[in-house]
This record gives sequence, C-alpha cells and structure tokens, in this order.
Amino acid sequence: MSESTHPVSPAKRPVIELRRVVKTYYMGEVEVNALRGLSLVVERGDFVAVMGASGSGKSTLMNIIGCLDVPSRGSFWLDGVDVRTLDEESLAIVRNRKIGFVFQSYNLIPRTTAIANVELPLAYGGVKGRDRRARALSALESVGLSDRLEHVPSEMSGGQQQRVAIARAIVTNPSLVLADEPTGNLDTASSLEVMRLLSRLNATGRTIVLITHEADIASFAKRTVRLRDGNIIEDERHTAVDAPPPRLEPGPGLGPLIGAAVRSSTS
Amino acid sequence: MNWLDNLRIAVQGANSNKLRSALTTLGVLIGVSAVIILVAVGTGSSRAVEARIQALGTNTITVLSRGHFGRGPSVTGTQSQAAALTLADVQGISNPSQAPDVQSVSPVISTSETATYKGATTTASVIGSTPSYLTADDYTVEAGSTLTSADVANRARDVLIGQTVLSDLFATGTNPIGQSIQLGSSTFQVVGVLATKGTSGITNEDDVVIAPYTAVQDELTGEASTFTELLVQGKSSNTLDLTATEVEDILAAQDDTTVADLPFTVVNQATLLSTAQSTSSTLTVLLGAVAAISLLVGGIGVMNIMLVTVTERTREIGIRKAIGAPKRVILAQFLYEAVLLSLLGGAAGVAIGLIGSRFRIDGVQPVVAPYSIALAFGVSIAVGVFFGFYPANRAASLRPIDALRYE
Repeated sequence: MSESTHPVSPAKRPVIELRRVVKTYYMGEVEVNALRGLSLVVERGDFVAVMGASGSGKSTLMNIIGCLDVPSRGSFWLDGVDVRTLDEESLAIVRNRKIGFVFQSYNLIPRTTAIANVELPLAYGGVKGRDRRARALSALESVGLSDRLEHVPSEMSGGQQQRVAIARAIVTNPSLVLADEPTGNLDTASSLEVMRLLSRLNATGRTIVLITHEADIASFAKRTVRLRDGNIIEDERHTAVDAPPPRLEPGPGLGPLIGAAVRSSTS
Repeated sequence: MNWLDNLRIAVQGANSNKLRSALTTLGVLIGVSAVIILVAVGTGSSRAVEARIQALGTNTITVLSRGHFGRGPSVTGTQSQAAALTLADVQGISNPSQAPDVQSVSPVISTSETATYKGATTTASVIGSTPSYLTADDYTVEAGSTLTSADVANRARDVLIGQTVLSDLFATGTNPIGQSIQLGSSTFQVVGVLATKGTSGITNEDDVVIAPYTAVQDELTGEASTFTELLVQGKSSNTLDLTATEVEDILAAQDDTTVADLPFTVVNQATLLSTAQSTSSTLTVLLGAVAAISLLVGGIGVMNIMLVTVTERTREIGIRKAIGAPKRVILAQFLYEAVLLSLLGGAAGVAIGLIGSRFRIDGVQPVVAPYSIALAFGVSIAVGVFFGFYPANRAASLRPIDALRYE
C-alpha cells in the first residue's frame, strides 16, 4: 500500500491530483494526443467547472478522472489512491465508492424504478436490505423526488431523471461528484434547478467537477478551468475553496442530505 | 452485490422483452420435450418388442423346414422328402442322452380351417401338437381339461379353443365344454378353453384351436403329412445356445448331412430377443440423437438472443460499470439471464414431454425413461451456462468508456 498511498495526511490531501498526464489514442494508424501533459489539482470541497470546445480533451479528462480510462503517461491520484496501480476489479470499487457520475443523457437504467436506480450503486457496493433502502430514500428526498420512487425513467421528465441521477451519484457518499454536461439536455428551468442542487451539494462539503461549455452554467462553480488542445490554457478562481458556492440559494432538501452525509461518514 | 439482487436484475432483463424471451425458451422447450418424447417412444417400442418375444417363451427353439421360412436353397423332388421334419427327428431330439439340455420337443402341424358351431363360423388357425406345446408356447387352460398324451396316442378328436374362437362361435354365457364344433368337414369336441394371450406381432394368439397332431393328420392334413415346425423347449434360457447346437447336431445326423447344410432353420428365441433388443436400443439412440440436435439448436437460440441482448444493452452495461459493477457481477447477471431462459424452457419442456408421452404414437405407447428427464433437464441448464457464457463474458469485458459511448 505504501506505493499507492499519498504522502499527505488524508484530511489535507487533494481529491484529484493529475501530474503531467498524457493520453494518446490510436484511431487506426493515426495517433491522437487528447491530453498533452496536463496537470490539475482539485482540493476537497472545491467546485470546478471545466470548459473547452469539443476536441479540447475535456471528455478524455472526465474519463480519466472518473476512472473509466487510464492515462498513457503521468500520474493520477484520486483521493490519495494511485489509480495507475489498480486492476479492473479495484477500479470498479473506486468508481463505486469514491465517484458519483452525473451524465448529460442521465443514463438511468431503463425499465427500472427511481428507487431501484438509486439503490443500485449501494447494491454493487454490498450494502444490504433496510440500510440500502433508507439511504436511497434519503438521497431521493434530498433531490426532492420522494413522490416519484416507483416511477421508471420513461415516466419522468428530463429534469426529474437528472435529479434521480444526482441522487444515485451521491447515495454512496463519494469524495467526488463528476458531472459531464449535466444540463446539456435540459431546458433553462430544469438546468437552473439541477445547478442549484449541485451548489447545495457543494455547500455540504462535496467536491464537484463539472464539465460544460456554457458560461452561465460555469458561473455556478468556484473555479473555471479552460482546456484547449489537451492542455489547460486558463485556470481562474472566483470563490475560495472553503467559501460557499457563488450562486447558492437557500432551498429545501438540504437537511436530510447533510444528515445522510454525517450518518454514512460516521458509520 | 448479493446474488439474489443480481438474479432479480436478470429476471427483469428477461422480462423486459417478453415475446423474445418466450420464443427463446420455446427453442429449449421443444428440444427438451423432443428428447423426452422420442426416448419414451424408443423405450416404449423396445418394451413392446421384448414383450412379444417374451410371450413366445425365451427358452424355446423353433426348428422350421426351409420352405416355411422362405430362405435358403430351393428344395425340389426327392430332396423335399429329406427336408421334412419327421417323427424320427422328434424322437431323436427327445432322447436325453443325445440332447441333455432339451426339456421337451413338440411337433407342430399348423393349418387354417373354418370352424363352425350351430351356424356361427370363423377362420381359426389350427395347431396340431402334443401337450408339451402348451407349456412351451405359454398357453394355459382356463376352463375344462387339457390335452393329454393319451389323447395324442388315441388320436382323439378333442380341441382346446382360444378366447377369440370362443367369442366368435359361442354366444355369451354358453358353456363350450363338451360341445361339438366343425373344423372343415370334421367334427371335434371342445374339452377346454385357453386363457387369453394377446397378440404376437401381427398374429392373434387367441384366434387358435389346438388339437392332438395325430387327429389333425387324420382329419385335416392327411396321415402322411410332415410337421411344419418343431418347438423345442430348453431346460434353461441360459443354456439355450447349447441346446440349439444339440438340436442341430441331431438333425444333421438324422438327415445324414452337416450342420452347415442342414435343410432346416433353427431359430433361437434368445438370439431373436437380443437382436430385437439391440435393434430397438439403436432406434432409441437414433431418436434421442435427433432430439438432442434440436436441443442443441435451442441452445444456439439462447446464445443468439443473449448476444442480441448484450448488444442492445451495451449502454446499460456501461452505466452499471460506471457506477461500480465489477466484471464478475455483470458476467453473473447475463449468465443468470441465459440460464433462466434455458431453465424455464427446460422445465416447460419436461412438462410437455410428460404430457406428450401419455399419448400413443404410431401404435406405440411411449414409456418415459427417468434418465431422459434428468438428462434433458440437465443438458438444458448446461446449454444455458455454455451458450450464455460467451455473450455474458462479452458483456463483462466491455470497457465502460466504450459501452457508455455506444449508441
């Protein structure tokens, strides 16, 4: 474990630490350098918006941070764990415990109720029975969907589906919530609702990395990182890491969320 | 993830496209029920053949003159005289010092006559023989008295009648014992009634009249007539081959020839039985093999559908992997689904197979072989595992990043 444990003490170590990461794809004979020596550190509690045009490498970055892909070169520490040293089984565990995904196209399991979708990461993590149900209920309550438990995705609006996805992302109490253009398929009202929800999550101490190409959506974050051609060209902080997110509005649903976070971190 | 959760997901998966799942199970269902029914038909027909041969008696040897068997070199002129089965042959075979393994030998003259009683007529096969014939050919006397050696010696016009002859000639409730019937133009007296014996192949063994062979010679076939066959009963079914050799040696000596040139055919019932058994077991294997192919095709159907399912649900697999499903859980999920389909097909196939085996098929009453149920059901599960593994492994090996990108 000495190899894969970060030298800095757990409380202070960053959630994400990328050092000179290179990612090279081969599309047939052609070599594509999606990331060219990118370095990025994200502290605990930060809310980072990653922006860039398509082809800038932001999807590749997202895949690497989400442990869906591994860097060709360079190092990546996620919450103190050196991801390069992990085998497939361990990567699955890391994705389950440390990362919560929110996708542009919601990516809920079709024909499966909201509650079952939210329970799924817990089931894969080995949480059983009543505890699992209670945590899933609490997560759905925190996104304001207590009345949609038994609805399947096709019976819900895009905004509702994305809120279920957020509940699923946070139910395992991960170190990092990774949102890949979460508002890309939503109308303005639903987009605002989702962003308010993410702001509130960040206010409770959760680290969020948001990928977007909309400036308005990025303005919810504390820090904006711009990519071009596989490297960071601009890294701008609007708000301190330990300050509340810039566009936080008070709203319902915060209570149970904090409660859930406290319960699962003490258990 | 506990297996029960995963099983629930698998059930949901199979349930999400009911028609397709039903059609997939149908393939396995047909395979399994075909195995059960066809093996049952094979077993049933082999039982039927065995029963017919058992009814002939397994410790008997039949000596037929070639003309009756319709095989061998054609016999003409003086040779035909030599080829006849005579009383001398009977005496030779019944000599215990020459044939120690022979229990009894019964000369048989068979013919067919019209039997008449008070205006009722029927055509019956008339067998002229000795009392030992009854034991050798498994006839028992149900009512009245049996034939005796004295009847043979006295050339008594006494007959035993079979159940079919009884019902054809006599009205229900009439006591046939002591009544006189006409066979051809001769009068015989009924002394006993034979118990029912059923059919042997195409022959109705109850449509029979048994009389002393001496009386048959006198009245029906002519005094000089030779025997159509000799029915030899061995002491034990185990030494029947030995008995047959003894009989052949005696006949060869009597006719002054070698066993190879013997103008008679010696039919050993035990050989007949084992030949029939091996024929019918070949039939069963053949039927089973045809059915097994349909089970295999059903299995390939499962694999085909699972491959389609995996392709169709690539994105779902990506999502599951992204939220932390390990490879083995995905593998198990799709394997469960495949096994579930084949298991349902197998169970339904067993039910259909059992129902189907209750009906007579082409005159054969199928006999369900328990091993065929276990085999077919076991194979259907194995088919699910075997043919489900490749698609499941393909699903489990998908890279989440590719799976998520899949449209």
